[in-house]
Amino acid sequence: MTATVDETDASNARPDYSKLIQPDRVHGSLYTDQEIFQEELERIWYRTWVYVGHASEVPEPNDYVRKSIGPQDVVMTRGRDGEVHLLLNRCAHRANLVCEDAKGNSSSFRCPYHGWTYRNTGELLGYPYNKGYGGKNKLDLGMGRVPRVASYQGFVFGSLAEEGPTLLEHLGEAAGELDRLARLSPEGEVEMSAGWLQHRTRANWKLLAENETDGYHPQFVHSSIFSVTGSPIGALYSDQSTAVTRDLGNGHSENDLRPEFRRFGKPMRWFGTTETRVPNYVAKMREQHGEAAEDILVEGAPHVMIFPNLFIAEIQAFVIQPLSADECIQHSTAIQLKGGEELNKRMVSQSIGSVGPAGMLLADDTEMYERNQCGVGMLRPEWLDVRRGMHREEIDERGLRIGTATDETAIRGFWSHYRSLMEDDK
Amino acid sequence: MTAVTGETLDLRQVEQFVFREARYADEHDYDSWEALWTDDALYWVPAGDDATDPTTQVSVIYDNRSRISTRLNQLRTGKRYAQSPPSNLRRVISNVELLGTEGEDTVVGSNFVLAESRTRGIEIWSGRTTYRLRVVEGEIRLAYKKVLLVNSDQPLPTLAFLI
Repeated sequence: MTATVDETDASNARPDYSKLIQPDRVHGSLYTDQEIFQEELERIWYRTWVYVGHASEVPEPNDYVRKSIGPQDVVMTRGRDGEVHLLLNRCAHRANLVCEDAKGNSSSFRCPYHGWTYRNTGELLGYPYNKGYGGKNKLDLGMGRVPRVASYQGFVFGSLAEEGPTLLEHLGEAAGELDRLARLSPEGEVEMSAGWLQHRTRANWKLLAENETDGYHPQFVHSSIFSVTGSPIGALYSDQSTAVTRDLGNGHSENDLRPEFRRFGKPMRWFGTTETRVPNYVAKMREQHGEAAEDILVEGAPHVMIFPNLFIAEIQAFVIQPLSADECIQHSTAIQLKGGEELNKRMVSQSIGSVGPAGMLLADDTEMYERNQCGVGMLRPEWLDVRRGMHREEIDERGLRIGTATDETAIRGFWSHYRSLMEDDK
Repeated sequence: MTAVTGETLDLRQVEQFVFREARYADEHDYDSWEALWTDDALYWVPAGDDATDPTTQVSVIYDNRSRISTRLNQLRTGKRYAQSPPSNLRRVISNVELLGTEGEDTVVGSNFVLAESRTRGIEIWSGRTTYRLRVVEGEIRLAYKKVLLVNSDQPLPTLAFLI
């Protein structure tokens, strides 16, 4: 019967992303549909460049650390030759977990199940009782490898696709924000050496990615902490703020707070301090950068979301790890600046206060994510509105779309790129 | 509450104190809980293990006296959304042991299991607490509380109440 054929066709059809994602609104099912989540894994997480870890987390040859690409358990290793490798944590024999420790130093991994051993590049070194396989070196097997690994300013990204845009092409205009962060170190290097907080979040990962550069919510979600600490952060995201929300392309976006910091023109105000409190740092920066140091010290650190999972919030870094349509983990740490000892301990202390499961900022964001996830399950009105500021967007001198501090320009940029990846049939 | 006399605390006095501290936390009695702390207070919930240096490695909570006040003041606004409405809490404390002394402080260890109920479900928290108690003007005060969760090395849900 024709009707049956139609139904079969309909059940095989992929979601129509051009209907679900419109310029001024997105459909609620994008956050709840497990089938869409599976497509995201295939088309985003297992294809595009995803942030995995930082080179400073494996500083020495043979260092390793357990990381992730979405639900995939990934071991980031530094080989004997200094090269960084990303291995899928699965034995080529019976698929057991090869690496159980969170981090360590070893030139090889031994699967506990039947004793198969691998070099930290993924190459199979040996298997016990080898006569059962006709002798030594007979098997053309190894741990799964993330085929493309590339880093920028020490930030290591992996792509599970054999081919595709280069990391530099993917980062595009966002690369300069990582440069800006690294430049805050007197030695030009960021380190991610302060350990990680892991925050289990019962919400779809995209609610987090959208929120990271949403300048509309801070005055409301974070009013409690702003009011008790007298924090000047709230004003950066007020209706009067001169800060700019910028769509950096490829799903990346930023809250460019520099116009506000330039308005005050005070070195280190971005960090909530003055130059007299961190004299050695300021002196080192002036020695390193000469006259350019003044702008660097006034303008501070970026607030940038790098699609799909790396968020730099001035002095903190966040990594979003999706697990299912309605669950993800936020990994967060304090950024450390090589040679910036006066700042580093403060950054650890401020990060502990702000982020993670008990953070005085992030616990409230997370509460919103989880309430939002409940809300998108409601049947009406079906859509999430993302039109704020559409009528007043401009194109800046770099050719990038900008809105005011509280506009949803970044969210629209996220969805535009998301849609292109989900519709791409290559 | 009777004034504490004598040089050293006995187990019964210690238990009464840690049970009271737990009740204040369970019932969101922020004023009474805050009044238990000494000026040099330290309230620490490590991430991972407690062998790391909390000044160079991130922790879930590492509050000095000033930050304890900030945390409580945020809760008192009623707009700390992660605790508005507040979680319904009850904890059981057991295995209370006097572990020794450090300077004038009595070091106490205990285990706990805590049930947290929110609209979205129930969470069970458990761990080991180490306290440093000090007698100040005839009353036991809390100088240090470290809560090492059994799952401190795993992803944790929001922890916005007093643990």
